[in-house]
Amino acid sequence: MNQPYYSTANGARRRLTVFTFASPRNFYHLAGRLIPWFAALGVLTGLAGLAIGMLVAPTDFQQGDAYRIIFVHVPAAWMSMLIYMAMAGWAGFGLAYRTGVSSIMASALAPTGALFTFLALWTGALWGKPTWGAWWVWDARLTSELILLFLYLGYMGLHASISDPRRADRAAAVLALVGAVNIPIIYFSVYWWNTLHQGPSVTLGKAPTMAPAMLAAMLLMVAAFWCYGIAIALRRARCIVLERHGSAAWLRRRMK
Amino acid sequence: MNWHSLQDFFAMGGYGTYVWGSFSVVFALMLLEVWLLGRREREAQAAVTVHDDEGAA
Repeated sequence: MNQPYYSTANGARRRLTVFTFASPRNFYHLAGRLIPWFAALGVLTGLAGLAIGMLVAPTDFQQGDAYRIIFVHVPAAWMSMLIYMAMAGWAGFGLAYRTGVSSIMASALAPTGALFTFLALWTGALWGKPTWGAWWVWDARLTSELILLFLYLGYMGLHASISDPRRADRAAAVLALVGAVNIPIIYFSVYWWNTLHQGPSVTLGKAPTMAPAMLAAMLLMVAAFWCYGIAIALRRARCIVLERHGSAAWLRRRMK
Repeated sequence: MNWHSLQDFFAMGGYGTYVWGSFSVVFALMLLEVWLLGRREREAQAAVTVHDDEGAA
């Protein structure tokens, strides 16, 4: 049977396994090659999304032009939940297999997840004021999203408070995994409780209820935020590899 | 195209403050994150190089 192969930094061919990129050296190299692609794709989809969303998409007959806030609000809110799931997943993998790079990925995702959570709340407030007449309501969706922000801050605070990075990884991973229970609560809050926040704008397997240009702009912005999140998390993970493994011979040779 | 003039575009049908208040903060904070990370990366790379000099001495 043909085994998949991976080309290392110096051109050697190695057998590709689940753990190939658990090696900081292989990971550092792969991340360095992926970042420019995701960054470029993010800028392109972002510019296209903004052009369609701000220039082509029609004005909403109910919400006027205030609805255009959803072009940044929905992607930021989706990413805030997705990044948390990715963070908890990597943290759990690092906890189970003692793979340092998995824990580094979890730490690299946290600040970007917190940023997207804050942006979801910020843009939500600016949308809520003209549409609902209030910046903030203690609605289940908004409250659980605020708890998500505190979970990210708690994860980062706990990690920063323990000086040994491997012990910090394990303690913060437990917090991340316990906090993951909040994600289905955020997602289903609009069904479980009678919330002021509306239901999902887009549902898989259902015909879209908005104008094609609106949907196109929103999906392009979602793609842009995905690419941004991937590129920035990989770049931060590379920083953490440098900070933690700075004395490794392969890194010192590389930095010359 | 929805807009008749540049003023029209900036006014956003009367919702300019809310729309531009959202978009400006989103992109400003993303750019800030990229800039801060660039600074952190340069510092981390410099630390590896310093380490190397110490080893050679």
